[in-house]
Amino acid sequence: MAEVKLTVNGKRVTRHVPDETLLVEFLREELRLTGTHVGCDTSQCGACTVHVDGMAVKSCTMLAASASGSEVTTIEGLANGGLHPMQKAFNDNHGLQCGFCTPGMIMTAVDMVRRYKASGERLDEEAIRHELEGNICRCTGYHNIVKSIQQAAGEM
Amino acid sequence: MDLADIISGDQRLAVVRQPIAHDSAVKHVTGQAAYIDDMREPTGTLHLAPGYAPIAAGRVTALDLEPILKAPGVVAVLTAEDIPGHNDISPKEVGDDPAITPERVNFYGQVLFCVIAETRMEARRAVKLARIATAPSMPVIDVDDALVANTTVLPEYAFVRGDPIVEIPQAPREITGEFRIGGQEHFYLEGQIALAIPGEDGDMYVHSSTQHPTEVQHVVAHALAVHDNAVTVEIRRMGGGFGGKESQATQWAVLAALAARKTGRPCKLRLDRDDDMIMTGKRHDFRVDYNVGIGKDGVIRALDVTLAARCGHSEDLSLGVIDRTMFHADNSYFYPTCRILTRRMRTNTVSNTAFRGFGGPQGMLFAERMMDHIAYVTGKDPLEVRKANFYSGSGRDRTPYGMRVEDNILHELVGELERTSEYWDRRKALAEFNAASPVLKKGLALTPVKFGISFTLIQLNQAGALVHLYRDGSISLNHGGTEMGQGLFIKVAQVVAEEFGVGIDKVKITATSTALVPNTSPTAASSGTDLNAQAALVACRQIKERLFDFIQETWNVGRDRVQFRDDRVIVGNREMKLGELATAAYEARVQLSAAGYYKTPKITWDRAKANGRPFYYFAYGAACSEVTVDTMTGEMRVDRVDIRHDVGKSLNPAIDIGQIEGGFVQGMGWLTGEELVWDSAGRLRTHAPSTYKIPTASDVPADFRVALHESGGNREDSIYRSKAVGEPPLMLAISVFSAITDAIASLKPAVMPRLDAPATPEAIMRAIRATTGGDM
Ligand code: FES
Ligand code: FES
Repeated sequence: MAEVKLTVNGKRVTRHVPDETLLVEFLREELRLTGTHVGCDTSQCGACTVHVDGMAVKSCTMLAASASGSEVTTIEGLANGGLHPMQKAFNDNHGLQCGFCTPGMIMTAVDMVRRYKASGERLDEEAIRHELEGNICRCTGYHNIVKSIQQAAGEM
Repeated sequence: MDLADIISGDQRLAVVRQPIAHDSAVKHVTGQAAYIDDMREPTGTLHLAPGYAPIAAGRVTALDLEPILKAPGVVAVLTAEDIPGHNDISPKEVGDDPAITPERVNFYGQVLFCVIAETRMEARRAVKLARIATAPSMPVIDVDDALVANTTVLPEYAFVRGDPIVEIPQAPREITGEFRIGGQEHFYLEGQIALAIPGEDGDMYVHSSTQHPTEVQHVVAHALAVHDNAVTVEIRRMGGGFGGKESQATQWAVLAALAARKTGRPCKLRLDRDDDMIMTGKRHDFRVDYNVGIGKDGVIRALDVTLAARCGHSEDLSLGVIDRTMFHADNSYFYPTCRILTRRMRTNTVSNTAFRGFGGPQGMLFAERMMDHIAYVTGKDPLEVRKANFYSGSGRDRTPYGMRVEDNILHELVGELERTSEYWDRRKALAEFNAASPVLKKGLALTPVKFGISFTLIQLNQAGALVHLYRDGSISLNHGGTEMGQGLFIKVAQVVAEEFGVGIDKVKITATSTALVPNTSPTAASSGTDLNAQAALVACRQIKERLFDFIQETWNVGRDRVQFRDDRVIVGNREMKLGELATAAYEARVQLSAAGYYKTPKITWDRAKANGRPFYYFAYGAACSEVTVDTMTGEMRVDRVDIRHDVGKSLNPAIDIGQIEGGFVQGMGWLTGEELVWDSAGRLRTHAPSTYKIPTASDVPADFRVALHESGGNREDSIYRSKAVGEPPLMLAISVFSAITDAIASLKPAVMPRLDAPATPEAIMRAIRATTGGDM
C-alpha cells in the first residue's frame, strides 16, 4: 500500500491505496471524479487527460503514488463555478457529440493554449491539429473541436 | 400534418430548426454526464473479466479453473454450465452464438469462462491463471479461404433483372474488375459495458451501453430462463455506438446478468480496450468481382457483380447487412440489366456486424469504383460518366429491387456542388500540376450518395414514446430511441417543446428503458429521429386533444383560437401559463399523460421475390475531394473537401452538420488508414489504437466546406420534412478513395489503377506499381 497525498481541484486529499493504483483509478474510484474517462487503458486516446502541476498528463499512464505531492486538476475543477472559456467554447461550437472524449480534449486544449501563450508561439490551426494528435475523437471529425479551441484561445 | 403547414409555418417555429446544443453539452464539458462506468455502484458490486479461446478453431479439451478460484478476490467463475436458460446471444436467436462456448471454438477471442471478483483488477489477473488445453483445427480466416472451403452463414442471394450473361458480351465494350474492401473497427470511445443488479422475484435490472435495449432484455431473459417482464434494461447515453452496440452489447449484459444471478450481487463488466477489439464484431470486409457491358457513351448496358463478405463465425446481423450492400450496389446509377449477387462467407473470425451504413457503404464503394473504371478505360472524365449513368426520368428510375426513385435530386444537388467546388477549373489546374510534378500527383473526385431510409426488416419500422405533462407545466419525455452522441434526444425534445410552445428547458429527457416504452427497435438505420420524434409528436397531440376538449368545455373556446407558444397558452382572449392550464385540467380529471405510437407508412418488401418499396425515401449528398499522393512513398494528404448534403428541412442544423463532418471523417478512416490484420492463426494483430490507426485531427483537411442542400424538404411526410442523417454522410468519403484512384490514374492513360481499400500507403504503392508496370 502506498500513501498518496494530492491536492485535487484545490482540495487536499490523503489516501492509502495499493501501489499499482493508477492516477485515473485514484481519481475515479477514490475521489469519485468520474469526468475523467478511460477510453483505451493504454495511453493512446487521451480521454483520461488531467493536469498534474499544470501540465497535461494521461492519467492512465501515471501511478497515483508517483503523482503524490502534486497538484492535480480534473475537468470538474477547471472552473470555479460557471464555465472555463474552453468549456464554454466547446459548448458554443458544438465541439462534442457523445462527449466521452470531451473532458480529455478540454484538458489537453487548456494546456496547449497555456503553453503557446507562455512561449509566445502562435497557435494556428495547423498547430492545434498537430497538438491534438494524442486525443482521439471518433464522433465529431474534429472540425468543431478545432473551432472551439480557436475561440477559447482568443479568450483565455 | 400537411405540407403547406410545414413549409409556410417555418417562420412560426420557435424551437424546431434551431441549432440548439446537444442536450448534455454542458454536462459533457464539465464532466457531469454519467456513463455507466461513472454511476455509483451499489454496495457489494462485483467485477467480471472474460477468459477467451486462444485458438481460432477446434475444441477445448480441458479447462482447469481451480487456480483461478484460489486467486485473491475471486468469488466465482462463470461457465456455460451456469446458464439456466438459452446459451445464445444471437440477435435472431438462431442458436449459433453462445454467450460462453462449452467446448467448440469458432474464433480466437470466443468467451470460454468469466471470472467474478471483488475488483476489476483481481478479475483480470485471475483470468490469466486458467489452464486451457485445446485441440486446434485448421481455421478459415478470410473470404478467399471461405470461398475455397465453401463455408457460408447464409445462402447466397441476388437481385436479378434481365439476363446480364447474355447482354454483357453484346455491349460495345466489356470491362472486368476485382478488388477488396476492408472492414472497420468501431472504436466507440466508451468500450462495451454492462452493470446488472439482481432484484426480488428473480428480477434483473441491467444498465447496458446498447443501441438495442429490447434485444438485450430478450436475450438476458432467455439466458436467465425468466419472462421478459422480469428484466429491465436502461441506457441514458453511450459514449459512441456506430452500430457496434446494436447486437454486440448483448453478450456483456448477459454475462453480467448471469453472474449477478449466480452470486446474488450486482455485477459489472467493462471490457478492456484490447479485449473489446478482439472480441467484438466489425464492419464486413468484401471481395468484389464485376463484369460490365457499356455503350460508347460510357453508359451501363448490363452488369454482373458478385460481392462476397466475411461474415465471421455466426450469422449475427449479416442477413440485413449484406442485403443492404445489395440495396446500395447501384448507389445513384440505373442498371438496365443486372445481377447483384452476394455470398455470405463463414470464417473463424469474430462475427461481423452493423457499422454505420450497415453494408451500404461497401455496395456503394463498388458502384463508384466501377464508374472510375469505366472513365479511365474510356478516357472520359469520371464525373461525366457518373452523371450519364444517374437515375433519371421514367424508364431509368427503377432500382434493381423494383422500387422507383421518385424523389431524385441528384442532378440538381450534384450540379450545385460541381459549381461551388469549381470542379472543372480545378480539374484543369490539376492536370497542369500533374504534368509539371513528377513525384507528387494530385487527384480529384466528385461522388454522389443516395441512401435508402427505413429498416429493410419492415417490422422494425415502428416506435413508441411516453410523454407526461405535470401540473407545473413541466414535461417528461421518454421514447425507445437511444442516445449515442448523435443528438437524437435533443431533436425529439425540440419537437415536444415546439408542440407545447415551451422552451427546451421545460422538457426533461429521460433514460431509455424497456420498462417505460416496450418492444422497441434498435436505434439504427439512421431512423432514430424519424421514428421516435413522430411517436413523441403523436403522444403530445393526444394530450393536446384532451386539453382542447377541456378548454372547449370550460371556456367555450374552439381549438382554432388556442395557441401554445412563448411559454404560454393563448385561449381566446385569455392567456395562461401551461402549468395553470395543466392544473385546471388535472382538477377537472383530464389525463395528462400519453403513449404515442408511430409506424412508417408506404413501405413494403418481399425478400423472396426481391421486390417492393423497402425505403420510405432516399437521402442524398455529394462530396468533392482533392488529394495529393506521393508516388515515391505512397503517402497521401487530403487537401480540400466540399460537401453538399440533403437533410431535408433540418430539425437542428448544428447537430446535422456535426453528423456530416463526423460521418465523413469516419468514412475516410475506413477507406484510408484503418486496416484490420488477422494472422494465419486467426489472431487479430491490430487490437489497439497503436496498431489500428483512427483518424486524428491532423488527418482531416483544414479546408473542409460543408453545406446543407437547400430544398423544399423531404417529399414524404417525415417529421417536419427532415431527413435522416446518421449514416449517409459516411459514404461521402468515397470521394477520397476515388480521388486517390484519380491521382494514381494520372500516371498512365487508359489504365484503371488496381487499388484496394483501405488505401494505406502500402496499398497505394502496390497500385502505383501495378499501374505503371514497374516503370516508375
Ligand atoms: S484511457 Fe488514458 S489515454 Fe486512453
Ligand atoms: S464526441 Fe464522441 S469521441 Fe469525441
